[in-house]
Amino acid sequence: MSVSVQQADFDVGAEIAALSQGRLEVGAVASFVGLVRDVSGGAEVAAMTLEHYPGMTERSLEDIVGEARRRWQLDGVRVIHRYGRLEPGDRIVFVGVAGAHRGEAFAACEFVMDYLKTRAPFWKLEETPDGAHWVDARDSDDSAAARWGTESEPRPGD
Amino acid sequence: MNIKILYFASLRDTVGRAEESFVLPSGVATVGDLRAFLADRGDKWDALAEGRNVRAARNQRMANPADPVGPGDEIAFFPPVTGG
Repeated sequence: MSVSVQQADFDVGAEIAALSQGRLEVGAVASFVGLVRDVSGGAEVAAMTLEHYPGMTERSLEDIVGEARRRWQLDGVRVIHRYGRLEPGDRIVFVGVAGAHRGEAFAACEFVMDYLKTRAPFWKLEETPDGAHWVDARDSDDSAAARWGTESEPRPGD
Repeated sequence: MNIKILYFASLRDTVGRAEESFVLPSGVATVGDLRAFLADRGDKWDALAEGRNVRAARNQRMANPADPVGPGDEIAFFPPVTGG
């Protein structure tokens, strides 16, 4: 299974190893791990709760993986995204990509993260000393996704 | 002509409900029409008004305002996503 949406933590080493297990054609594995930080916009963050849209979340991540596989010749792609309550230092997301060479592995890994940031239906609720508040999306995430040369996410009302 | 409407995150908090069953009125043919119809409920539903930063999905895929809405559809409205 290339996509998992789960509450549980994951084993980064095991996931990276699995991407090349028994595949001697793999010459490069690139990976990314996203973590909860203890600051956000200058405020202390005690914890965050990740909400998602069950069903659409899995489908959108599978679409993103499919798009990466169309753009690059890849031997394996793995995406894990957690939801629920997480604390600073906790892992949120894992993206791993296996290919013949580093070029496509690095590029596809970054592409998957950039697309995930603007298309996968997750929302962060941060707990700070001032109370809980929803994190606003950043324009820089849209521009990061847009540089891959396709139209950005549709924006009803624009 | 029933559809299901879902609301997520801050938008759900604002409108005060996570989902509703909705009978499509005549004249509501697209995702954009539906959003405008809901915004016309007034008060807290102003969060769906034109110009507000709201995204939509139709049957669990990102949708454009011009996308059609039909019986049995699942339409979701939510703020821009913040995962990763």
